[in-house]
Amino acid sequence: MSEVEIKTALDSADAKAPPPKVNKWDEAMLELKKAPWSAKFGFLVIALYVFAAFFAPLLTPFGESEIVGDSFLPWNETNILGTDNLGRDMLTRLLYGARNTVGIAFVTTCFAFLIGGVAGMLAAILGGWTDQVLSRIVDILMAIPQLIFALLLLTIFGTSIPVLIVIIAILDSTRVFRLARAVSHNVVVTDFVESARLRGESMGWISIREVLPNIMPPLVAEFGLRFCFVFLLISGLSFLGLGLQPPTADWGSMVRDNATLITYGDITPLLPAGAIALLTVGVNFVVDWFLHKTSGLRDGQ
Amino acid sequence: MDNKPESKHLLEMRGLRIEGQSGEEWLEIVKGIDLTLDRGQMLGLIGESGAGKSTIGLAAMGFARPGCRFSGGEILFDGVDLRELRRKDRRSLRGVRIAYVAQSAAASFNPAHRLIDQFSEIPVEHGISSKSEAEADAIDLFTRLKMPFPDVIGFRYPHQVSGGQLQRAMTAMALSCRPDLIIFDEPTTALDVTTQIEVLVTIRDVVKQFNTAAIYITHDLAVVAQMSDKIIVLRYGEKVEEAETRVMLSDPKQDYTKSLWAVRSFTKSSKPPEHEQVPLMRVEHVTAAYGKDVILKDISFDIHRGQTVAVVGESGSGKSTTARVITGLLPPLQGSVFFDGVPLPADYRKRSKDQLRQAQMIYQMADTAVNPRHKIRDIIGRPLSFYLGLGGAKLEQRIRELLDMIELDPDVFIDRYPGELSGGQKQRVCIARALAAEPKFIICDEVTSALDQLVAEGILKLLDRLQQEFNLAYMFITHDLATVRAIADRVVVMLQGEIVEQGSKDTVFSPPHHEYTNLLLSSVPEMDPDWLDNMLKSKVDSPDIVRSSDIIR
Amino acid sequence: MQKILNMVAQRLTLGLLVLFVVSIIIFLGVELLPGDLAEAMLGQSATEETLAAFRKELKLDLPMHTRYLEWLFNILQGDFGKSLANGREISELIETRLSNTLFLALFSAFIAVPLSLTLGVLAAMYRNTFYDRTVNILTLSSISFPEFFIAYILIFVFSINLGWMPSLSNVSPETPLGERLFVSLMPALTLTLVVMAHMMRMTRAAIINLLASPYIEMANLKGLSRARVILRHALPNAWAPIINVVVINLAYLIVGVVIVEVVFVYPGLGQLIVDSVQNRDIPVVQACSLIFAATYILLNLTADILSIISNPRLLHPR
Repeated sequence: MSEVEIKTALDSADAKAPPPKVNKWDEAMLELKKAPWSAKFGFLVIALYVFAAFFAPLLTPFGESEIVGDSFLPWNETNILGTDNLGRDMLTRLLYGARNTVGIAFVTTCFAFLIGGVAGMLAAILGGWTDQVLSRIVDILMAIPQLIFALLLLTIFGTSIPVLIVIIAILDSTRVFRLARAVSHNVVVTDFVESARLRGESMGWISIREVLPNIMPPLVAEFGLRFCFVFLLISGLSFLGLGLQPPTADWGSMVRDNATLITYGDITPLLPAGAIALLTVGVNFVVDWFLHKTSGLRDGQ
Repeated sequence: MDNKPESKHLLEMRGLRIEGQSGEEWLEIVKGIDLTLDRGQMLGLIGESGAGKSTIGLAAMGFARPGCRFSGGEILFDGVDLRELRRKDRRSLRGVRIAYVAQSAAASFNPAHRLIDQFSEIPVEHGISSKSEAEADAIDLFTRLKMPFPDVIGFRYPHQVSGGQLQRAMTAMALSCRPDLIIFDEPTTALDVTTQIEVLVTIRDVVKQFNTAAIYITHDLAVVAQMSDKIIVLRYGEKVEEAETRVMLSDPKQDYTKSLWAVRSFTKSSKPPEHEQVPLMRVEHVTAAYGKDVILKDISFDIHRGQTVAVVGESGSGKSTTARVITGLLPPLQGSVFFDGVPLPADYRKRSKDQLRQAQMIYQMADTAVNPRHKIRDIIGRPLSFYLGLGGAKLEQRIRELLDMIELDPDVFIDRYPGELSGGQKQRVCIARALAAEPKFIICDEVTSALDQLVAEGILKLLDRLQQEFNLAYMFITHDLATVRAIADRVVVMLQGEIVEQGSKDTVFSPPHHEYTNLLLSSVPEMDPDWLDNMLKSKVDSPDIVRSSDIIR
Repeated sequence: MQKILNMVAQRLTLGLLVLFVVSIIIFLGVELLPGDLAEAMLGQSATEETLAAFRKELKLDLPMHTRYLEWLFNILQGDFGKSLANGREISELIETRLSNTLFLALFSAFIAVPLSLTLGVLAAMYRNTFYDRTVNILTLSSISFPEFFIAYILIFVFSINLGWMPSLSNVSPETPLGERLFVSLMPALTLTLVVMAHMMRMTRAAIINLLASPYIEMANLKGLSRARVILRHALPNAWAPIINVVVINLAYLIVGVVIVEVVFVYPGLGQLIVDSVQNRDIPVVQACSLIFAATYILLNLTADILSIISNPRLLHPR
C-alpha cells in the first residue's frame, strides 16, 4: 500500500490547482520542452533521417547506382565521401540508403504490428481455444532464434524485398503478439470491459473502443523498439549478403562491400554502420523517455 | 545509554515536514506535525487516505520511503534527534528500541525464510542474544500471543501460515528486543472482522504486558477508540485535532472531526416490506463452481421491487460469485435465476438486450469500472444510445439530467476524463451509467469499501434517494455490517458458499442470532472505548473469541 | 517435492515436444521450395534425366513422412547427411566448427555474465545517481549498435591503429589454448559488448523490482545492515529473475555469434550457415538451424527449470 498512500497524498496536494486546459499540440510541445536532452537528440536524429529519406534525390547530383569514377576514391570535392568498390558516390548511396533501409524496416514493422497486434488482442479478448492455438503457434515460432529462422526461410524462398518483408514481419509479429496479448489481457479483465460485455456490446466495440485505446501507450513504445530490432536484423542480413540485393543502396551491404578499406585505416565503411547505430540510438532515446513518461512513478525497464 | 539525560517524552516530533516526489517536483505531504508520546502510552493516528499517517509513522523510526524526504523539523526519540544521527546509529535503534508492524504481514515476511529465522535475526544481528536464546524467546512469545502450536509454527514458511497468524507473528517479531516503541501501521486492515478482533486483543494485551509505547495507525475510528490513550486526527498532512481518546469521542472540537464521527449515524428510512406475488429477482437453488471448486451451495433468496437486500459475509463466502451467477458471467451448475417470474438464460451472451438492460451493476473499484480513455459524456451516453437509441440533442440533454441527478455539475464534468475525477466522483459516474439504462435492479458490489468514510456516506445517501425516486431494487454486497445497518431492508448472511441466515434487517439483527451471525455482529468494533473490554468480559465463559477462526475455517 | 518433480518433468516433455515440432518445421521448410530440391540445386538448364537421377540420389522419390523419419533417425545417430556443395559428411563439417562456436560463446559468457551482473546490481543500488544515469545512456547506445559496427570499431582501434590484435581470428584444432584465447579475444569482446548492455539493464530492472518489495522495507526497518539486506533478503528471491536474465542473454549470444564470426572470419557454425545459405546448400542449413534451435530451446528450458526449483513457495509447499 506504500506507493498508493504516497501517490494519493501527492494527488490531494495536486488537486488544489486544476490543470489549465491546453490543446493537444501545445501540450505535446510543452512536454517536449521538458524532455531530457537525450530525447531531444533522438527526435532531431529521426527528423534528419526522415528528411534524408524523402529528399535524397534533391540532395545529391548523382544517381543511386550511377558509377561516377574509379573505385575506392578518397574523400574529395566532387565525391565528398569518396566512392565505393564499384566507383559509385558514397554520400549518394548513404542518402538513398536512408530511403531503402529505413523504409523497408518501417514497412516491415508496420506489418508485424498489424499481424501480431490484431492476433494478440483477439487472443486476449476471445480467450479459450483461440488463445491456446495462437499462443502455442507463437511459442513454437519463438523457439527458433530469429536470425537462424530468417536464414532458413531466405534459403528456401530466395532473397527478394517482398520475401524479406513478409518473413521478417511474420517472425517479428510473434514478439508483438506476446506484448499485445499481455497488455490486452490486463485490460480485458477490468471491470469496465466486463461492464461492456454485460451491456451486450459486440466484439468489435470491445476491441476497438474499450481495449485498443488503453493498450496504445505500450504498443507505441514497443513499435519503436521493434523497429530498431527489425532495422538491425535487416541490416545484419544485408551485411551477410542475404538482405537487400544490389544495386539497391543499403547500409548493411555498404559496410560489407567496402570493409577492406578499414584495413587501410580508412573509416569510410564505418559511416553506414554509424548511420545505422545513430538512428537506433535516437529511436531508443525517444522510446526510453516515452516509457518513463507513460509508466508514471514506476521505474521502467 | 545509561548516562543519557532521561527525556521527558519518549518520542517528540517538532514541526516535522516531509516531501514526496511527483515527477520532477517535490510536494509537501506532511506539513509541520508536532506530537509527543510518553512511555507506555498508545497514540492513535487517524485519517483518510492521503492524510500522511503512514509517512509519519515511519518518520518515527527516522525512515523515509524511496521518493520521500525529510524537509524540516525534528524527530526526538529519547531526547536524540533521529535526523541528526549517523546511519549506523539510526540502524542500531531500529528493531531494538523502535519496531514496526506492517499492514500486510503476508507481503512483509520474506518468502524465502522461516518465520523463526526472521524473528531471531533481529536480536542476533544486533548482538543482543544468541540464536538459541532468540528461538526460545520466540516460542515463548508465540505462546503468549496465543498462536496455535507455538512450538512448531515458527518453523514454517510465511506462505504456509494464515493471514491472522502472520500478523501475530509479526507482532511477536516486533517484540523480539522488547522495544520502547512499536509502530502499528494498519495491522488489521487486510483481515476479516472476526480475525481482526483476535489480533486487536493480542496487540493490546502484549503492549500492556511489556509496557511498550505504541503508535497505532488506522482509518477505522472504532478500532482506534479501543486501542489508544490519545488520538490525533490528520488530514492532508496536517494535524486537525488532538485529544485524549474519551474526550475526542465525546466532545470533538473541529468540524472535520465532527463530520467523521457523524458518518455512522446515517440510517435509511426503513420501509415496510411490500409483498407482491412475484419477486423481481429470484435466485433458486443455485449451485455454482469454478472448475472443481464448488463456491455456492444451494443458494435461494428473493429480491422485491424497491427493496435493498444486503448480502453479507467475509472473504471467500461466495457473495461476489452470487453476483456473477445473477449477471450470467458464471452459469450455475444447478438452479436458476428468475427475473419478474421469467427464467433468465444462464449465460449472459444468450440474454436479450432488454434482459441485460434491466439488471445493472456497480463495482467496488470505480477506478477500473470506467474506461480511463473515455470522457464522462461517452461513459454515461453509451447505455443511452445502445439501449434507448438516443442521439444528438436528446442524448446530450439526458446525459446532463443524469449528471444533475448524481450531483455533479454537467458544465464542469461532461467533457472530463475519469482520471480528472476523485474516487467518489468516479463512483457517482458509475451510478449514472447504471441509471442510464433505466434498470429495475442494480447489483452494488462493495461500492463503498474503497472509499473514505465521508465520501462513502454521500454515495449511500445518493443510492437511497435514487431508490425512492425510481423504485429500484438493490442487491448490496458488502462485508461491512455498518453499511448493512444503514441501507438494508433484508439481510442474507453467507458463510463458505451457504446462506446461514436470511430475513428482514430487524429479525437478523435482533436476538436470537444464528451462531455465525452472532460472531460477525459481536466482532464489529463500536465507537465506545470500553467496547472491547466489555465484550471480553461477556465472553469469559464462552471462549468464542479465541476459537472463532476454527469455527469459520 | 513431488510437485516440483512433476513440474520439471512437464517442462522437459514440453521442451522435447517443441524440439520435435521445430525439427518438422525445418524439414518441411524445404518441401515448400518452388519445384523441389533437385531443381533448386541444378537450376533451370538441367535436363529431365539428370533431374530424375538426382532425385533418386536424394531419395526424393520416397513419400515425405518416410524421408522425415529417416532424416530424424539419422540425425539422432549423428548422421546429418552430405553437403550438396562439396559432398562431404555434414557431421564432419560441423564437428570442429561447433566446438569453435561453443568456445567463443563460453569465452564471451565468462567475461560478460559476472561483469554485467555486478554492474547491473550496482546500478540498481545506486539508482538515479550520476553513475546510474551514465550507465543508462551508455547501455541504451550500445544496444542500438549493430554487431558489425562494434566489431569494426574494435578492429579499427586495436588492430589497425594500435596493432595489438589480429583482425582475423584464425583458429584450428591444433591451435594451443593460449593463442586460441588471444585470437578469439576480439570476437569475444564484441559479443560481450553486445550482450552486456541487455544483461545489465535487465538485472537492474529485476533488482529494483525486488528492492521495492515490502519485505525489503521490513528488513531495513529491522535495522539490518545494508549487506545483510541485500545478501540475506534480496538475493534468495533474486535468483529466478537473474537466472532468467542470464539465460535469455546466453541464447542471444548464440545468435549474435553468426555475424561476429563472419566479421572476424572465425571458423564457426555461424560462418558455415551463412556460406551454406549463399550456396543454397540446404542440408547443411537444415543441420545448422537444428543445432542452433536445439541449443536455444535447451537454454530456455534450463532457465525455466532453474526458476522452478529456486522458488521457495514450491520448495516448501503447504
